[in-house]
Amino acid sequence: MKDILIIVLSTFGALFILSSSVGLLRKPDVFLRISVTGKASTLGIGLVLVSSALFFNNYSVTTRVIATIIFLFLTISIGGHLLARAAYIIKTPVWKGTKIDDLSGQYDEVTHELYSENHDSSIKPEKSENNI
Amino acid sequence: MSLNDYLNWVIIPILGLSVILVFIRFLKGPSLPDRVIALDMLILISIGIIGIYSIQTNQSTFLDISMLFAVIAFLSTAAYSFYLEQRERK
Repeated sequence: MKDILIIVLSTFGALFILSSSVGLLRKPDVFLRISVTGKASTLGIGLVLVSSALFFNNYSVTTRVIATIIFLFLTISIGGHLLARAAYIIKTPVWKGTKIDDLSGQYDEVTHELYSENHDSSIKPEKSENNI
Repeated sequence: MSLNDYLNWVIIPILGLSVILVFIRFLKGPSLPDRVIALDMLILISIGIIGIYSIQTNQSTFLDISMLFAVIAFLSTAAYSFYLEQRERK
């Protein structure tokens, strides 16, 4: 019974990790890739770690695994946000199919400060012609 | 089919395939943030591989290393993004 549960959880986790890496390879833009990594891989790694906690089935391992999962859930999203902000500031080209860019004209180019209204010397990223 | 066989022949190949796909993006990546996010994803997949490997070898000590890898992944992403942002500043 425990083996079946471990098999199911680790299979779902591995499939989520695989879908996340396929998305990382095939998405046309840096920001979409960061979004894919932040969503699917947290769930996949969480499921794999929960299956290993089920296998050992004692308190010390379970607390370590829960601490790791909470740390991952907090830090993957924060790291993705930091990296997306840095990528926007160094003017990485966005995908040509991007419809709405709410940050366009809001970041100051020199001080990297975020303004709520339109700003004179601001970062406006250009759109790439093809899929990169 | 025992649990060990299933993990060895199904789960580990899926994770290895995803490592290969992410590494292709790491080599191709046109901009620097692509490579950074691919590196982050490589460390995260290695956390999953460590979890499966600790089941296979029946040693729970490896899970400590997975926690350490999570810390390293976050710190490297934060440091890379900080220096990417500061590089443009004159």
